[in-house]
Amino acid sequence: MSLTNLNVLLADDDEDDRWLFEQALNDLKIKTKLLLFKNGKELMEHLQKANHQPHIVFLDLNMPIKNGMECLIEMRKDVNLKGIPVAIYSTSSSEEDIENTFVKGANVYINKPNNFEALKKVVDKVLQLNWQYHTSNLNRENFLFRI
Amino acid sequence: MKIYVTFDINSTRNAILKEQLDKLGVDYTIEASNEINFNEKLTTDQESLLAESFIKYGITIIDNQKSELVQRIKDSINEMLEDDEASLYKVSSYLADKLNYSYAYLSNFFSENTYTSIENFVILKKVDYAKELIANTDLTLTEIAYRLNYSSVAHLSGQFKKTTGLTPSVFQKIIKKRKAFNYNN
Repeated sequence: MSLTNLNVLLADDDEDDRWLFEQALNDLKIKTKLLLFKNGKELMEHLQKANHQPHIVFLDLNMPIKNGMECLIEMRKDVNLKGIPVAIYSTSSSEEDIENTFVKGANVYINKPNNFEALKKVVDKVLQLNWQYHTSNLNRENFLFRI
Repeated sequence: MKIYVTFDINSTRNAILKEQLDKLGVDYTIEASNEINFNEKLTTDQESLLAESFIKYGITIIDNQKSELVQRIKDSINEMLEDDEASLYKVSSYLADKLNYSYAYLSNFFSENTYTSIENFVILKKVDYAKELIANTDLTLTEIAYRLNYSSVAHLSGQFKKTTGLTPSVFQKIIKKRKAFNYNN
């Protein structure tokens, strides 16, 4: 597989967080195409009608209308969407939240970093891991990382 | 009689690409002068067919050659991890011997084409193997450490935690709960 653009989706209700995430992606060596959504409902509507599946979805947990957990559960129940890697991107660091998202099928759990350099590092690491899962013979069942 | 011709190189290139790509009967778009995007991954047969038809025009699929060596490096790493005797070698000398390139070359090549280093890939692969054994067998961590050639359980646990952010026992607990959750749904 070539180093083509990775299609990345982010659902986050916080405008600043969306903007920072976009800036971080632009600064990385990995080439990406990013689509942003303000809540889970917008994201799910897009996923249902999209022709191309994204390589990875970043999900904030606390969002109005439809939260990240609801999106995750809906995705895992949908035959067409269940294989898409999901990275939870949240301010919560409660062990219970973390474990619960993994049990419901999340692949990566990220505590939102509080500075831009840390954010870049974290997103870079997740995309690299995700790329390895797309191109190498690694077991998707065990695609589980806390970063 | 003699005639003289002139080329518009862009039209020529596009016409050739289009003619050869259409023969494959798959959906594609020509993104740039040297980039073709396929909606679906080509099969190995389709790829070699395309490579063959391109070669007559002096067109080479660059990426395929690159990813072939990347693939050979990855395959060799897999073999090495699965072979008890081979796992006693150093990764660098094993790969250099096996693939007939200097390790410095392989290492650079891999980093340039995969976003990661051979060292990191080996660790990721070993941890993936450990995950597999933790999730699907009754082996103890001591046994897993031994099988994957770690010097101690502490070494395995440390690398596991550093790579995945989870301890082996937390990982095991989550996988069990996830399986139970999937069965109930």
